Amino acid sequence: MEFFSHQTSYPFMATRKVWYSLSAVLMLVALGSFFTRGLNLATDFTGGVSAEVSFPQAANVDAVRAKLVASGFHEPQVQNFGSSRDIAIRLPPEGQQTTAGIRTRLETVLKQIDPAAQLTQLDVVGPQVGNELRVSAIEALFFTLLFIFAYIAFRFHTWRLSFGAILAVLHDPILVLGFFAITQMSFDLAVVAAMLAVIGYSLNDTVVVFDRIRERFETNRRSPPDVVLDQSINQTLSRTIMTKVVTSIVVVALLFLGGPVLKGFSAALLIGIIAGTYSSIYISSAIALDCGLTAEHVFPTVKKAALDHLP
Amino acid sequence: MLEYARWKYVLVVVVLLLGLLFALPNFFGEDAALQVARKDHEAITPDGLQSLEAFLNQRGVHHGKSYLDAGRLIVRFANVPDQLAARDAVNEQYAGTYITALSFAPRTPALLRALGLRPMPLGLDLRGGLYLLYQVDVNSAVKQALDGYAQDVRRTLAAANIPLKDVSEVSIDSKNPNGVRIVLPPEADVGAARTALATTLQGLSLTTESLASGSALTAVLTNAQIRERQDYAIQQNITTLRNRVNELGVSEPIVQRQGLDRINVQLPGVQNSAEVKDILGRVATLEFRLEDMQNNAVEAAQTGRVPLGSKLYNHTRFGRPVLLKREIIATGDQLTNATSGQSQEGPSVNVRLDARAGENMLKTTRQNLNKRMAVVLIEKRRETSEVNGQKVSREVTDEQVINDATIRGIFSNNFQITGLGTAEARELALLLRSGSLATGIYEIEERAVGPSLGRENIGKGVTALIVGMAGVFLFMAFYYRAFGLVADLVLLANVVLLTALLSMMRASLSLPGIAGIILTVGMAVDANVLIYERIREELRKGVSPQAAIRAGFDKAFSAIFDSNITTLIAGVVLWVLGSGPIRGFAVVLTFGIATSMFTSLMGSRALLTLMYGGRRKLGQLAIG
Repeated sequence: MEFFSHQTSYPFMATRKVWYSLSAVLMLVALGSFFTRGLNLATDFTGGVSAEVSFPQAANVDAVRAKLVASGFHEPQVQNFGSSRDIAIRLPPEGQQTTAGIRTRLETVLKQIDPAAQLTQLDVVGPQVGNELRVSAIEALFFTLLFIFAYIAFRFHTWRLSFGAILAVLHDPILVLGFFAITQMSFDLAVVAAMLAVIGYSLNDTVVVFDRIRERFETNRRSPPDVVLDQSINQTLSRTIMTKVVTSIVVVALLFLGGPVLKGFSAALLIGIIAGTYSSIYISSAIALDCGLTAEHVFPTVKKAALDHLP
Repeated sequence: MLEYARWKYVLVVVVLLLGLLFALPNFFGEDAALQVARKDHEAITPDGLQSLEAFLNQRGVHHGKSYLDAGRLIVRFANVPDQLAARDAVNEQYAGTYITALSFAPRTPALLRALGLRPMPLGLDLRGGLYLLYQVDVNSAVKQALDGYAQDVRRTLAAANIPLKDVSEVSIDSKNPNGVRIVLPPEADVGAARTALATTLQGLSLTTESLASGSALTAVLTNAQIRERQDYAIQQNITTLRNRVNELGVSEPIVQRQGLDRINVQLPGVQNSAEVKDILGRVATLEFRLEDMQNNAVEAAQTGRVPLGSKLYNHTRFGRPVLLKREIIATGDQLTNATSGQSQEGPSVNVRLDARAGENMLKTTRQNLNKRMAVVLIEKRRETSEVNGQKVSREVTDEQVINDATIRGIFSNNFQITGLGTAEARELALLLRSGSLATGIYEIEERAVGPSLGRENIGKGVTALIVGMAGVFLFMAFYYRAFGLVADLVLLANVVLLTALLSMMRASLSLPGIAGIILTVGMAVDANVLIYERIREELRKGVSPQAAIRAGFDKAFSAIFDSNITTLIAGVVLWVLGSGPIRGFAVVLTFGIATSMFTSLMGSRALLTLMYGGRRKLGQLAIG
């Protein structure tokens, strides 16, 4: 069976202005909502307390909130979680540095409401930990991009491709951020991991296209660059779509079956994979072309790296 | 003809067999189990095992096979009620000898266990438990050292009859205090002071300056010395926490340093965090006391009559009661260092006290040569118990004599304890340090997951894994026919190899880790797709089937290699910079890339060559 029985020849390069503007609009929406609405940062980043409590009967969310306030907790957020008997509580960080004692205080309040209440999960994150996690997430993002830029420049001999790859790759996590800003889904550590994985996968695609460009330039040095880029994308198109369909199968399985803990993680991956497919087809090569990419940049001397003949 | 070197076949087969072997322990599941350890850290003997089994039989508790593992006894049970009944029975009967912990025992056959093969440990989010992160106040450790130096300076100068105006802490090119400044009056001889202080301030960088009235000496700790103090403080706290965690009777606890000044504690299966924190948050100190040698301790323990001026200690590390005099020679906050090492008389512990305790020690040893001196470790903790539904908290003090030795010479603040085994010396040094003035630690993060939530998490993760894999398998077989089935086999081999690698590394599996495995399945397909699409492309060009297979693998290689390296970069950065769940995901992602490259490049090529390589005439490839 084949989805792409004949060699496709879509004019990706000729229509690139259209895709640039589509991406620009998407970026604007994503960044706009990111800056206006902000992210619903999880306790991982803000510090504070997040707890899940299971009651034997349906829980009265308002009563729990009132009781918490009466017991000296500031601005508790209480909501149902999963079922009517389960609630999630979030408390902002308090001034103190240490987290000791919060559990006992919380348990005391809950036992007063219902002696059979069970604290099924409790995360207490000190404010400095939250701050550090935020910094290390940004650090991880920065270093990932830096190393990948260097690697592509090294393997493909030109910054033009690196630049195209990095722009395409920035495009994807920004869309994910926008999605989280618009839906206000909880943005936690797992989502950051998913975003970094998205960067890896999106690049994976881009690199496969670049690899084909490298090969076409070698055999076909006379053709104008835009023709070569179009050929390369078209020739790898079936693979790009196939791989993404298969990866999406497992991510969808995670999204619907993995439970609430992995919901944000798998949503971020799914958005990222879709965005990554789009950006590696429409954006990365087009940017390299507009940076003036020619066969000379990829092959100063006609020679293929020795690596290509290993097994 | 398609050919593939024989050694490559051998390599693929050997790796796969090894992978199967290492992955095998994961497929047997777990039994509810009770872990029993001796309170005095001794190993349980086979006799101990038999008597405990006999005890359980006598109590009518049904139990499965039990075995010894690293000195601890593991008893299996068919169900949780039996497990709980056994725990209660053992706790009731052997409260003084054994510590019990509820745990899980893998159903791995004894043969595999004997080979050291174990299943992947499960992370706290999958089995429930408590995670605590402590911040160590490392700067106060440096301050303590500076206090010690200031004290020593005062004492040394007084002994040398050199007048002193002031000693104070200073910060030289640093935010925090890192040196001491010694101000001498005009009449003092700076040269003599320098000479007198040479040994006291050994290793510190010393500078002299002239002031309007008198002069000043500044001694600054080097960066290496500061780091050493900080590391010492962290090590000391880790030791203390480890000792206490061991008492909790938790199976497979983890206490480890995190970053520069943090310690994380992971306690699988622990639910009651209040009780745990009571024990971990203890305050410990030491007392050096003379032994009362006029009276018989055993007699006092039996009759309950303790001589006036002495105190009876039943709880000792050497198994017999001792009587100690009430006067305290030195306390834990005066101990500045305790390290184990080698002396002429074999293994020893080198103890360093501060100046004041040193003077006291000098006086005592002078008068009590050849008498015995003991060290008592005292720990205070809060114990919370429930009385009539009300939480009541009270302070509990545990006292234990950790050493008892004869005074063989006159010494002051620097002495050795000898006559110990190597392990004993190391343990004593650790215990002494755990009782010395500990650098403050405070808790900055706590994460607790209930056991039912853990079970739910693992159930969901495994369901998602099975459904996702089934989806991919069907899709591949449908789209690529026979080649798709080859890809499916290769995927399966990939999951087996990944499981084997994770089991070998003893990397604990968390929910993000399961997500990583699922993603690896999706990603491993990519290499196959690249190869197959390339083969199809070659076939369309009219190349012969076997040449198409060869060209497919050869031409797809650079794309597979480069694209995997970029994902690998993301994986490694996450591994290095991430912690907790992120790292769990990164470890799986990184290993997954390695195994998927091996299986799809070498494994699938070996299989396809085997299928198609030998045929002289090949009409068509079943590639969809």
